[in-house]
Amino acid sequence: MNLRLLMACVAFMAGAPVAAEVFEQTLPNGLKVVVKEDHRAPVVVQQIWYRAGSLDEKTGTTGVAHVLEHMMFKGTKAVPVGEFSRRIAAAGGRENAFTSNDYTAYFQQLHTSKLPLAMKLESDRMHNLKLTDAEFAKEIQVVMEERRMRTDDQPRALLEEKLNAAIYLEHPYQHPVIGWMSDLEAMQGADARDWYQRWYVPNNATLVIAGDVKASEVFALAKQTYGKIPARALAPRRTYSEPAQVGIKRLVVKAPAELPYLVMAYHAPTLRDAARDWQPYALEVLAGVLDGNESARLNKSLVREQAVASSVGAGYDSIARGPSTFVLEGTPTEGKTVAELEAALRAQIDKLIAEGVSAEELQRVKAQVLANEVYQRDSVFYQAMQIGQLESVGLSHRDIPVLLKGLQEVTAEQVVAVAREFLKDDNLTVATLDPQPLSGKPAHAAPAGGFHAH
Amino acid sequence: MRTKLLVMFAGLVVATSAWAGPQIQSWQAPSGARVLFVENHDLPMLDVAVSFAAGSAYDTAEKSGLAALTHGLLDHGSVDLSEDEVAKQLADVGAQLGGGFDPDRAAITLRTLSHARERGLALSILAQVVQQPVFPQAVIEREQARIVAGLKEAETHPEHLADKAFRAAVFGTHPYALSGSGEVATVGKLSRAEIEAFYSAHYLASGAVVALMGDVTRAEAEAIAQQLTERLPRSGANFSLPRVPALAAASERRIPHPAKQSHVLIGAPGMSRSDPDYFALYVGNYVLGGGGFVSRLMEEVREKRGLAYDVHSYFMPMQQAGAFQIGLQTKGEQAEQALQLVRKVLADFIAQGPTERELLAAKQNIVGGFPLRVDSNRKILDYLSVIGFYHLPLDYLDAFPSKVERVTTAQVRAAFARHLDPARMATVLVGGGAGEPK
Repeated sequence: MNLRLLMACVAFMAGAPVAAEVFEQTLPNGLKVVVKEDHRAPVVVQQIWYRAGSLDEKTGTTGVAHVLEHMMFKGTKAVPVGEFSRRIAAAGGRENAFTSNDYTAYFQQLHTSKLPLAMKLESDRMHNLKLTDAEFAKEIQVVMEERRMRTDDQPRALLEEKLNAAIYLEHPYQHPVIGWMSDLEAMQGADARDWYQRWYVPNNATLVIAGDVKASEVFALAKQTYGKIPARALAPRRTYSEPAQVGIKRLVVKAPAELPYLVMAYHAPTLRDAARDWQPYALEVLAGVLDGNESARLNKSLVREQAVASSVGAGYDSIARGPSTFVLEGTPTEGKTVAELEAALRAQIDKLIAEGVSAEELQRVKAQVLANEVYQRDSVFYQAMQIGQLESVGLSHRDIPVLLKGLQEVTAEQVVAVAREFLKDDNLTVATLDPQPLSGKPAHAAPAGGFHAH
Repeated sequence: MRTKLLVMFAGLVVATSAWAGPQIQSWQAPSGARVLFVENHDLPMLDVAVSFAAGSAYDTAEKSGLAALTHGLLDHGSVDLSEDEVAKQLADVGAQLGGGFDPDRAAITLRTLSHARERGLALSILAQVVQQPVFPQAVIEREQARIVAGLKEAETHPEHLADKAFRAAVFGTHPYALSGSGEVATVGKLSRAEIEAFYSAHYLASGAVVALMGDVTRAEAEAIAQQLTERLPRSGANFSLPRVPALAAASERRIPHPAKQSHVLIGAPGMSRSDPDYFALYVGNYVLGGGGFVSRLMEEVREKRGLAYDVHSYFMPMQQAGAFQIGLQTKGEQAEQALQLVRKVLADFIAQGPTERELLAAKQNIVGGFPLRVDSNRKILDYLSVIGFYHLPLDYLDAFPSKVERVTTAQVRAAFARHLDPARMATVLVGGGAGEPK
């Protein structure tokens, strides 16, 4: 923490504005409004976050959260189809939306003076969407093209989709956010309307405004716009507890490609109590020790020294509504197999558990965390993203300093402890991409996956 | 309606011009390097970029990939530091080393905390990386193998095949046709001597542009710029890129690939950074296919017909004329329909230009959204590098809104007609049944 405090001090002495402040208010209809003031440039970002993602979907209508995201641009009683985008564009704005497992969010970035327009338009489509079958019929075609582009024709995305379906037996994280193609083909306008009715209410959303604004003025605007929308009771949410995995799982995905690819995904927890949990922080630091810089363990050993991989990585995300995974992945060098790469990755984990983590490695990861905290303040959009994400998964923007503290307090013993507890075969699903020649003829080599004993 | 829109527009201009954008300071370092600096103490950090005229356009077809390999190896070992020491010491102070590479330009970037200890250490490493790389033989071989593997993989991706065929069709024998990272057949043959020769010839102080953005003073910035370039050779042989000839005729290439979608690219040589029609083409393209959800292409292809998720057009302004390109992806069965539609939209636009109303909407967005272009240190740093590298006027950013405002429909029409001929466009289709026997 000392380093960070020092930074703030330097900034202050140089005559910079004091650290950006965050303000929060919940309207009577349940909409939570969070404002982050940042006066560096006369711009603002509005993001509205709905706690409705693919996690909330049912078998048969997967992808509907994302389809609705598309339909939100198709007009309301007062703002005809296409007008939303035209008005934001005419105000000099940029806009888009995104859907994940956990949430759906919409954003506009504009000159500060245009915030009232953006809030008027965004609040209008929260409760006045006109979702016609005719517009749906066209837009579902666009979504299918999006699926072909992002998943069907992308071998590694296809692998990831099938990997998730294998990792989770019951949890809805088994379904792709874009939806299975047959669900998209069967989907009707009514499915999207039902989804909108069910989730698009102020008491299921967080409004985040960041930029060159005064919080008091934003709260007043929010009352005038979103404040008029009545709350509606939300249907109770199902929570899922994925049945315990009882042995290693393996799958092979064949797709047109040149290089094989390996992903090892271990079940891992997510952050629930920012002040008390320690394992998610230790897992974040573990990912940093393995893959936090070009000379971290995996790249140094597997790419540079052993030359068993042409690329390699480790990843873990502690912030989600559902469970998480700790992932190791890589591409073997020519002449090496995925089995050899898997063995090399396992050897790195075994070594870490047996020999521990050095103080130097730990300090390096923490220094990067502290520096990133400063760098992230360069982007108003990112600051809003961080707030919206935390609020949408059941944490709070107030947890941001708590998260930093949690990461700084991780010990070498804790890093080893989480590696030992979570990186074990009963938690593991291994997926390999078996590259197929473009001609569609059978592969010349044996399947790249292999079911070797370990 | 017109009047009302014009009033709103005037309002926008007032709103944006009340804010002073970044104040650019510029000078020549004693080393000969050109320096552009914006002093800003809002955040305790510093961004630096050092750019050289050392992109893939300085390769030859026989040695394709040499420029990228040289650039990629800079941080893999220097006189005093091994590649491991570079990575570890930067991570120890939380600094981030990065780079940029395109046909014209090879850049090395650094983001660091501005506190003296962190900044000093990070900059001393950057100074080594830029000025004293040693290109160890074992590292060269390892990186060559990785690049070749990546290229072999890329050769199986429809978007890569489409880009490659498009560049060949638009640029022919001009070096802009060369692949950025080289070819499977060329990269493995590049020697250490060739890498060293390329580095010595193209990483020169006189051609270097040092961009600095953030929490340092002018005096500190002057010292940093000198520190990063003083050990480079001052000057060397002059390399200039040939002009890009216009296409003599239309071409069409269809390449089979098992992908469900066809990747469709249409284009021709477009404009250079110094083109007098720069703003007319830029604003016009917003109307045609650059304006997010509100362009003509988006309206016709996606909104009205649901034919594609992504459809766009752009001009890539380069030292010489970069590509004008329209791109989309759609399932194979409707590729022909989408292709014909896009050709019609383009031909109509070239013949008639934008309407007054479309032009006004374009100006409203570009001028009104101007502050979004310079709202972070990162974005300002990128502008500094571009302004310095392409010798754009130092008031480029200040003048940008008024240059956009002055564009007329007649200028757009004339500029498009001068640069693009619908009867002489290159077309490439990959996948979705393209190029397969019916």
